[in-house]
Amino acid sequence: MNIVVLVKYVPDATADRQFEDDFTVDRVNVDGLLSELDEYAVEQSLQIKEKRDGEEITVTALTVGPEAAEAAVRKALQMGADKGVHVVDDAIAGSDSIATSLVLAKAIEKIGAETKVDLVVGGLASTDASMSVVPAMLAERLGLPQVTLASVVETQGDQIRIKRDGDVATEVIGGTLPLVLSVTDQSGEARYPSFKGIMAAKKKPLETWSLADLGVDAGQVGLGAAYTAVEETAARPPRTAGEIVTDEDGSGAKALAEFLASKKFI
Amino acid sequence: MAEVLVLIDHVGGQVKKPTYELLTLAAKLGEPSAVYIGDAGGAAGAAEAVKGYGAEKVYVIDDAQIKGYLVAPKAEALAQLAGSASPAAILLPSSAENKEVAGRLAIKLDSGLITDAVDLDESGVATQSVFAGNFTVKGKVTKGTPIITVKPNSAAPVEKAGAAAVTPFEVTISDAAKTAQIVASQPRKASGRPELTEAAIVVSGGRGTGGDFSAVEGLADALGAAVGASRAAVDSGWMPHTFQVGQTGKTVSPQLYVANGISGAIQHRAGMQTSKTIVAVNKDEEAPIFELVDFGVVGDLHTVLPAVTDAVKAAKG
Repeated sequence: MNIVVLVKYVPDATADRQFEDDFTVDRVNVDGLLSELDEYAVEQSLQIKEKRDGEEITVTALTVGPEAAEAAVRKALQMGADKGVHVVDDAIAGSDSIATSLVLAKAIEKIGAETKVDLVVGGLASTDASMSVVPAMLAERLGLPQVTLASVVETQGDQIRIKRDGDVATEVIGGTLPLVLSVTDQSGEARYPSFKGIMAAKKKPLETWSLADLGVDAGQVGLGAAYTAVEETAARPPRTAGEIVTDEDGSGAKALAEFLASKKFI
Repeated sequence: MAEVLVLIDHVGGQVKKPTYELLTLAAKLGEPSAVYIGDAGGAAGAAEAVKGYGAEKVYVIDDAQIKGYLVAPKAEALAQLAGSASPAAILLPSSAENKEVAGRLAIKLDSGLITDAVDLDESGVATQSVFAGNFTVKGKVTKGTPIITVKPNSAAPVEKAGAAAVTPFEVTISDAAKTAQIVASQPRKASGRPELTEAAIVVSGGRGTGGDFSAVEGLADALGAAVGASRAAVDSGWMPHTFQVGQTGKTVSPQLYVANGISGAIQHRAGMQTSKTIVAVNKDEEAPIFELVDFGVVGDLHTVLPAVTDAVKAAKG
């Protein structure tokens, strides 16, 4: 069984995130890390492998991003993924979700050239762009079904069953591999790399591919090929702290009720 | 004027408010056509509802081949409709499923996609709120048919009579699209409260509740508000995940957000920072949530909230 887990290198959400002059996200001059939400995808991939003891299962961590993005793959290898693939090419900078899904689809086809990929696993969103559309786009490009936003994942043979909190109902979804799966942060705490894992990761294969390796034309990706154009970005004016009162013998509730009344909420 | 397709958000033919918001925004771009995907029996009621908000046409797509499966069939249906109607844009309410439908649709139609817009202008420029609400971005689709998902509460619905001409549309769903099957579905218990993402007022509780949400719920009910929770409260098992506000939960943008016993970590802010008015009650005067409030009370939510609830009830008579 061949599992590919998608990992994204993102600017640290607790750091000062900025846009460049061309409105792309500054991905170089900022501390980055494996998107927290992708750790859950790595975890579930590893759990599937562990639960299916005795089968030959390979978990490949795949990222697309600048050189520093290798750190996201390294982290996945330290957690227990078997192999890593990093697609890096200057032409990719500024790619939108459409171009990103194209590069991922081509990379997955290449990973599956010898043994076809049975399962592609992603997180529920990146912690930067947060569109949550890449798994769907990827599934469309690969001609695969998608079972997304899983909080519980079970597989048996080529069958998969997930539980998820849908928009209006809690649902159980069934599907047949191959498919694209995305998991939420409810799926289970992601493991920390152990010392042994960190040492072992150093010896694991990590391949670096360019667009040419994937047969993707540079003109199909990057900012110039984007299907959307940003016209302006603006830092939201910081909220200025309003009035803060300290409650003493009911004064807080009275003041709050007066504030709500002044704003016509009561 | 070119048509603008608006996917109707409904439950069993009962049209939900975001639909009216989208129709209002669609009218800026062209002639709004509502798209009903559902049981044919509910179509007439839905058409009647959208008629009051400027829908000139109502495409009715029977969902016999669509319901029961995830995402892909809906994307196929909309792609076929787009192929026949050649719309100027396609608007969908931003929900988890609709964003995925939009993602597949963008690839099928070779078109650009903008998700989670909070506003749209006449030239198709969409406003988004990004990086935990710290930045606003304005952008537009430059290739293909613009596909835009719009968040609830992004526009005030404007009533306007439309023709709402019912137009049945036949779709063919491929077998390949019917592969992720909904095996079981448990509709969420109706709480009688407004939907979290659509509510005008949200009252939330966090770690500071100590697991007792009665004060939070009491105030929510007095204000006619939805109840929300921080991740800490959800992780502690006090509230189901569907109540979670924040990066990995719902993003809300109500007129009023009341945060109780919530410290205000960046992950929580990401889900509520664009609320119009923010109020917090917290015992810890150092809590970062106080940096973004319009009004804050340093105090115990278990005594402050019931007193406020009484005041609200008294004011409402």
